[in-house]
Amino acid sequence: MNMNYTAEELAFRDEVRAFLDEKLPADIAAKVKGFRRLSKEDHLRWQQILCKQGWYATHWPEEYGGVKWTPVQKHIWDEESCRYGVPRSIPFGVNMVAPVIIKFGNDAQKQHYLPRILSGEDWWCQGYSEPGAGSDLASLKTRAVRDGDHYIVNGQKTWTTLGQHANMIFCLVRTNTEVKNQEGISFLLIDMNTPGITVRPIITLDGEHEVNEVFFEDVKVPVENLVGEEDKGWTYAKFLLTYERTGLAGIGMSKAALSHLKQLASRRMKNGKPLIEDPSFSQRIAKVEIDLTAAAISNLRIIASVEGGGVPGAESSMLKVKGTEIRQAINDLARRAIGPYALPFVEEELDLAYDGEFLSDENAAPLSAQYFNNRKLSIFGGSNEIQKNIVSKMILGL
Amino acid sequence: MDFRLNEEQQMLQDTVARLVRGEYSFEKRLEFSETELGFSADFWRQLSELGLTAVPFSEELGGFGGGGVEVQSVMAELGRGLCLEPYMQSVILGGGLIGQAGNDRQKENWLAGIASGELKAAVGLQEPQSYYDLNNVETRAEKNGEGYLLNGRKAVVIGGHCADLIIVSARTSGNSDSADGISLFAFSPDTDGVERRTYPTIDGAKGCDITLTNVQVGADALLGDEGQAGSVIEYQAGRAIAALCAEAVGVMEMANELTLDYLKQRKQFGVPIGKFQVLQHRMVDMMSELEQARSMAILAASVADSEQSDERRRVLAAAKNVIGRAGQFISEAGIQSHGGIGMTWEYNFAHYAKRLIAINHQLGDDDFHLERYAALLQAS
Repeated sequence: MNMNYTAEELAFRDEVRAFLDEKLPADIAAKVKGFRRLSKEDHLRWQQILCKQGWYATHWPEEYGGVKWTPVQKHIWDEESCRYGVPRSIPFGVNMVAPVIIKFGNDAQKQHYLPRILSGEDWWCQGYSEPGAGSDLASLKTRAVRDGDHYIVNGQKTWTTLGQHANMIFCLVRTNTEVKNQEGISFLLIDMNTPGITVRPIITLDGEHEVNEVFFEDVKVPVENLVGEEDKGWTYAKFLLTYERTGLAGIGMSKAALSHLKQLASRRMKNGKPLIEDPSFSQRIAKVEIDLTAAAISNLRIIASVEGGGVPGAESSMLKVKGTEIRQAINDLARRAIGPYALPFVEEELDLAYDGEFLSDENAAPLSAQYFNNRKLSIFGGSNEIQKNIVSKMILGL
Repeated sequence: MDFRLNEEQQMLQDTVARLVRGEYSFEKRLEFSETELGFSADFWRQLSELGLTAVPFSEELGGFGGGGVEVQSVMAELGRGLCLEPYMQSVILGGGLIGQAGNDRQKENWLAGIASGELKAAVGLQEPQSYYDLNNVETRAEKNGEGYLLNGRKAVVIGGHCADLIIVSARTSGNSDSADGISLFAFSPDTDGVERRTYPTIDGAKGCDITLTNVQVGADALLGDEGQAGSVIEYQAGRAIAALCAEAVGVMEMANELTLDYLKQRKQFGVPIGKFQVLQHRMVDMMSELEQARSMAILAASVADSEQSDERRRVLAAAKNVIGRAGQFISEAGIQSHGGIGMTWEYNFAHYAKRLIAINHQLGDDDFHLERYAALLQAS
């Protein structure tokens, strides 16, 4: 029983800290810590800094430009980068399609796509969900029909995160309607500039443009853009989902959000005292901090077991549920902390360059919107109910 | 980072597990519970013969020099068996108080006996008005020529009915809720003026309230320095909390195993009820609460024997809070999932459920520890 880092791990942590101290742009960190919007340029600028350090592709083998971190090192990176205000990496290219291409793609695909992901030349988005295929993903209907050297794709994808920035989309499409749902699906890589593709924004409840609908009308996709075998896409999709699920618990992000909440509660007043000293509010904070402490240890237990050669199974699903509930609870408290100022929606204060007088607290403006935005946490990456189905089947055998 | 037990710890846990499996069937437990002693003298003797009552004590005392993790290994298995023996009260708490505060002579007199299991200690720290605040002590100890004269009442002393040695807190000075001015006294329950009102507890154990009326004890009954016991009590209660957390995890494991089995076996509407999603999700929630509890029990064990600090206080309060909440959830959800059979005395689940609720009433419930944690909250 040993919950401490080794000397090598501590040295790695120092290295991470030194790197972030030196290289993380202050304006980007300020945006992340203050829950401000990040532009495409912000993301790309940071990606280039990471690439230069060789720390961008942490799930890739070294031969493709990845870095070989142990599970503990990945964890250290996660903790430190959240603490420092490093932007959440946009996972669709580097952490989602790339592992699929590396495992199931052919050499030409590897040589073409992987360097472009590293360089930022390609911005990928994910074409999984459809209006009629959410939790029941395998019921998807977007159709790809072989026509000579091409597939002709027709259909609609939805909830496409940051699709407005993307030039590439990886799609699950139906290539066979004669077999069981899961057996007729293929995995296609599609250039967003192909004629017949339309991207339409979906404005979410917080007024943000983060997700999109993508329409396909007689879109011609070269057959060499098929990954692996035709009709075997569900296998690749499931492989990708296990990548998506690890890290969805967001322990590092919750720690950063909790620290932000406690600072906020130290500034806001109730009954002439800082809110953090108010009996009922301090107990609400205490409860979520305690839950986070337990979840963080559960996370370490999974990491230690993976480090020891184990495979993360449905424990990740259980932790995804707990972790997202905790983060939502922190967002809830941050909104409560500003009391009546949770009402004003002052868009100009969301801009980091804003130099006017703040209506209340300098960090108040995004809090209500963020609370609403993060209702998504328990819906995406497999809704929390789907995660419970997975645990029920895989761990409990029910 | 490695959360596995080392070979010695694993052997220790296996030893306890084997003993519990062999000696502590559910039917036998019901019999033990109904005896006057309230547990199995024979099982206690076996714990002692295998050296398990000596686990946390130094090697000179025939012990193992075990720390939080070793205690955790023993307690988790005692929890799985719903064992009724006063291990936590005598070995962890009683032995801990004497070990930390006692002088050489007291240690010589009592610790070897506690480590060998021949002497059972019971500890009275709560009072009728104290709720869970161990600094709230109204029992008085007045110094006189022969030692001290004790007057007051100690509440819900588990294992007090059969103890060979009683350890109580009493006030030698200060206000009734001050940490200063509390002293510890250890004496025989046969001392004149000690009256015990014994009762069974809801979870099948036995305890008593102890009324002290002009109880004259010698100066050698004082454990540690006069008026300075507050910090000793807090520290040792912390070790006992870590032990209770470990026990609770064992109880929760069994509660979940029983519930899962039942979901697979019980058929309604022509299918096992575990086919129903609403029951599946509740079962997953029970597993998830157990994992949170397990994480906190591990963390609690890791600080149980470290030097006192606000960090240790926070961890122990957090752990007891999580254990309390998880225990109540598993208890209630498990009874609900079992339906009518979960309500019966004959079926074992209810007894696990009762133990989980009872643990929440020992050394502070989840609300009490949430308040403590909140008071120690750091701004960032």
